[in-house]
Amino acid sequence: MRLKTRRDAPVWLIALLPILSIGVAFIIGAFFIIWAGESPITAYIALIKGSLGSTFAITESLARATPLIFTGLAAAVAFRAKFWNIGAEGQLYCGAMAATLVGTGVIDLPAPIMIPMLFIAGALGGCLILLVPVVLKTHMKVDEVVTTLLLNFVILLFVNMLLEGPWKDPMAMGWPQAARIIDNGVLPTIVAKSRLHFGIIIALVMSVVMWAILRFTVWGYEIRAVGYNQQASTFFGISINKSVLMVALFSGGLAGMAGVSEVAGLKGYLTLTLSPGFGYTGIAVAMLAQLHPIGVIVSAIFLASIYVGADAMSRTVNIPNYIADILVAISLLSVLVGAMLTRFRIVWGK
Amino acid sequence: MMELFEMMLTAGLWASVIRIATPLIFATLGELICERAGVLNLGIEGIMTIGAMAGWIWVYQGGELWGGVVFVAIVGMLFGFLHSILVVYLGLSQHVSGIGITLLASSISYYAYTMLIPFSTTPPKIVPFIAFEVPVLSSIPIIGEAFFNQSALTYLAYILVIVTFYVLYKMPIGLTIRMAGENPVANEAQGINVLLIRTGAVMVGSALMAIGGAFLTMSAFDAFYFGMINGRGWICIALVIFASWRPGKAFLGAILFALFEALQIRAQLIGADVIPYQIFSMMPYFLSIVAMMLVARRAAYPKALLVPFRQGDRI
Repeated sequence: MRLKTRRDAPVWLIALLPILSIGVAFIIGAFFIIWAGESPITAYIALIKGSLGSTFAITESLARATPLIFTGLAAAVAFRAKFWNIGAEGQLYCGAMAATLVGTGVIDLPAPIMIPMLFIAGALGGCLILLVPVVLKTHMKVDEVVTTLLLNFVILLFVNMLLEGPWKDPMAMGWPQAARIIDNGVLPTIVAKSRLHFGIIIALVMSVVMWAILRFTVWGYEIRAVGYNQQASTFFGISINKSVLMVALFSGGLAGMAGVSEVAGLKGYLTLTLSPGFGYTGIAVAMLAQLHPIGVIVSAIFLASIYVGADAMSRTVNIPNYIADILVAISLLSVLVGAMLTRFRIVWGK
Repeated sequence: MMELFEMMLTAGLWASVIRIATPLIFATLGELICERAGVLNLGIEGIMTIGAMAGWIWVYQGGELWGGVVFVAIVGMLFGFLHSILVVYLGLSQHVSGIGITLLASSISYYAYTMLIPFSTTPPKIVPFIAFEVPVLSSIPIIGEAFFNQSALTYLAYILVIVTFYVLYKMPIGLTIRMAGENPVANEAQGINVLLIRTGAVMVGSALMAIGGAFLTMSAFDAFYFGMINGRGWICIALVIFASWRPGKAFLGAILFALFEALQIRAQLIGADVIPYQIFSMMPYFLSIVAMMLVARRAAYPKALLVPFRQGDRI
C-alpha cells in the first residue's frame, strides 16, 4: 500500500469529508457513553432533540454558533497562511473588554452608529493584542504558537483583575461582572423569546467578506500563497512579514468581534464565563470547514448543535456534557486524517 | 532588598521551588525528547491533564501509588502513540494534531472525573506520596534540606535528567534519536527506521509529560481540580526552547522558573494590599515569553522539527 499524490480531489469527497469525520466521532463517542452505562442510541436521540428538536433548541444552537463562526474564521484565515494563532480565546476577551470600555456609558449614540462602533472597537482590541506575538515573530523570530497560547492566560488574569477591581459592577450582588452594555449598544434579538441575536447576521456577513477577500483580492492571493510555499512567495516579491501582519489583523479582529457579539448580544455584560473555550473550538470549526470561510458557517452550526445538544442530554440522560468536547476533538482529529484522502490516493499493491 | 536576600537563603523557599519545578522537569524533558526526534508535541497540556486525572483516580480507587505512576505512563504513551500515527506515519500538521490531542485528552479527563466521582463541593482526597530525607545528602545545609527532603517522584525527576542526558549524548540510540530530528535521511541511509524511532521518542516523551501532570495530584496536592494544569504544558514548550534542547539546561531552566514562581507567590502575600494578586500571577507567563525572546534569535531548532518524513523521500 502506498500514497499517490492527487491533482484534483473530487468535490463530493471534499463535501463528504466533514460529515464522515463527525460520523466517526459519534461512533467512537458511543464507547464513552457505554462506559458511562447508558445506551448510545437513547443518548444520541436526546442530543439531537436537544439541539434541533424545537424552535427554541434551534435558536439556542444558532446563538451558540455565532461566536464559533467568528473564532472559526479567525483560525481559518490564520491557518491559511500557516500562521498558528492559537490565541483566539484571549483575543475574544480583548474584544469583549474593548466593547465594555466603549459601550457602558462613556458615549451614547443611536444604535445604528453605536453597534458598528462596538464591533470596530472589539476588532481593534483583538488586533492590538495579537500584534504582540506578530511583532515578536517578525522581528525577533519568537514562535507564535507559544506566545499566543501564553497570552490567553495573561488576558484572562487581566479580565479577572478588572472584574474584581475597577470594573466590578456594584449592582451585581458581589458577582465579578462588569456593568451592562447600554441599551443602544445591545444587539437586538432576531427571534422573539430566544437568545438568538443580531450577531449571527454580522457573523454571516463576515464569512462572505472573508471569502471574497481571500478569493478575489491581491491580499487574499498573497495570504494563500504564503501558506502554500513561503520560499516561492518571497521569490515572487511577496513580503512574508507584511502578509503575516495582515493575516494577524484579520484573525485577531475576527476573534475580537466574537467577544463583542457575546458581550453585546448574548450576555449583556463582561464576565469570566463569557467563553467556554470558543477560541479553541474555533480551531476545530476551521479544520472541519477545511479553512473555507463559507464552510465555517456550516461547521460552526454543526459543532454548536453538538454542544447545545450535549447540555440538554446531560440533563435527561446521566452523561457528563464533556461528551461534546470529546466528540468535537475526535472530529477534529478525524477530519485531519480525512483531509489526507483529498490530497493523496491510496494505491494498493506496488 | 535585604528581606528578599534573606528569603533566598531559607530552605523553606527552596523546598517549594523544587516542588514547583518537579512537574516542569518531567514535562520539559518529555517535550525535549519529542522535539529532539523532530516532532513538536502540542498535546502536552492535555497529556499532563489526563496524567493528573488518571493517577489520582487510580489511587482513589484503591491502587498503589507506584502502580498509579505506571498506569499514568501507559496512558501518556497511548496519547503519544495517537499523535505519532497522525504526524509521524500520516505526516499531518503537528500543530493541529497536537491541539487536537490536547482537546481530546483534557475532555476525556473531565468526562471521566465527572462520571466516576459524584459531585461534591469539597473535592475528595487521596493519601499522596510523602517527602522523605535522603540519608547524608539531606544534611547539607539549605541545599540538602531543599533538594533531598522531597517526595520519591522528585528524586525520580533528578534521575531522569541524568538518564535523558546519558541516553541522548552517550548512547548510540541517543545519536539515532537526535539524527531523526536533524537529518532523518542520514538515518534511513543507515538502515534505521526513522518512523519507528520518532514514534518511540514521542511515546516515551508523552509518558514523562503524563507523570509530570500526575505529580500535581499524587504529590504536590491530593485532589484533582478542573483546569489545574493551567498552562504549565505551554510553559514547558517555552522552557525547551529556552534550554536549547539540552536536558541539563532544561533542569536549570525549570528551577529558575520555579524560583521566580515561588517568589511571586510570596510577593502576592506581602503586596496584596497594594498590587492586585493577578499582576503577580501573570508574571510566570510573561517570564516564559521574555525567556523565549532572549534566546529566539540564536535558537538552534532541530532541523527536521515539524518536517514529516516519508520513507524513500530524497532531499
